[in-house]
Amino acid sequence: MVDTEHLILFIVVMTAATFITRLLPFVIFQKQSKHPLMSYIAKYAPPMIMSILVLYVLQGVDFTNISSLKTLAAIATTVGVHLWRGNSLMSIFAGTSLYMFLLQS
Amino acid sequence: MIRNIIKETTPIMFGYIPMGMTFGVLFQDLGYQWYFATLMGILIFAGSAQFMAIGLLSAGAGLTEVFISTFMLNFRHVFYGLSILEKYGKWGLRKLYLVFGLTDETYSLVTTIRPPNEVSEQNYYFVITLVNQSYWVIGCTLGAWFGGVVEFNTEGMDFALTALFIVLVIEQWKNIREVMPFVIATLSSIVVLYFYSEHMLVGSIMLSILTLITIRAFKGKSYG
Repeated sequence: MVDTEHLILFIVVMTAATFITRLLPFVIFQKQSKHPLMSYIAKYAPPMIMSILVLYVLQGVDFTNISSLKTLAAIATTVGVHLWRGNSLMSIFAGTSLYMFLLQS
Repeated sequence: MIRNIIKETTPIMFGYIPMGMTFGVLFQDLGYQWYFATLMGILIFAGSAQFMAIGLLSAGAGLTEVFISTFMLNFRHVFYGLSILEKYGKWGLRKLYLVFGLTDETYSLVTTIRPPNEVSEQNYYFVITLVNQSYWVIGCTLGAWFGGVVEFNTEGMDFALTALFIVLVIEQWKNIREVMPFVIATLSSIVVLYFYSEHMLVGSIMLSILTLITIRAFKGKSYG
């Protein structure tokens, strides 16, 4: 598990992959920034990807199991606090602390 | 300028330091030295990717898989860059750093706020990016130290990531007010989970973008 050489390679690869995603549009599309397909994708891709990420992190939850109620309560709290106050950090803290409390108590 | 920047980045500090600490704590649980958490905060500087790294490291994922999944996870940054092509100015070291530090939170700040009159736009964004990264690196380091020294029950702390994504979906909904992207994302995820569940994230993002482009082709160019 503790293999330093692999970890360093791992970090280098992840650094490169992340930087490329941030650099790519500036390198490739600087001149075509007005293309309609680009603005169409730019408009709809972020909400799609965010939704997929939520489903991704929740895919391991077994909703037929009674303990998934803890997850559901934390999700409901996060959503509720966010719709109420619209403060991202407050919503995240509320949901996460409730989840930790339910899980650890 | 500094006073403005501290004010604008305070919400990010409250997000990045605990989130970075969560990362640091989970990371050192794997058995690595604390300073690798610092190094990852400095070099990678991507919250969700670093959290994913914990899963990939404990699963012993291969480097190709690391590259592809990081690239796909952070692929949304391509669309961030597209909308601020002009904002970041001319090429140079300053722009390279601005592009390197284009996280979700930095993006949301630079697209929302305006610098004070006397300050150049790019310099202002540069300092914002630098301050944000400092919060993140401090968080990663503290977590890895703290988690190594103090008995600390992290069970459930990683829900912060789930909560972050949920909040971002709500923010996306507030911006766009259209059902289509959310429906496409959900259906794509269900299809990919059913047929190709081991690469759910990569598969779903690719399928949903393909679906998105197909819909546009059928509806004609007037759409979007």
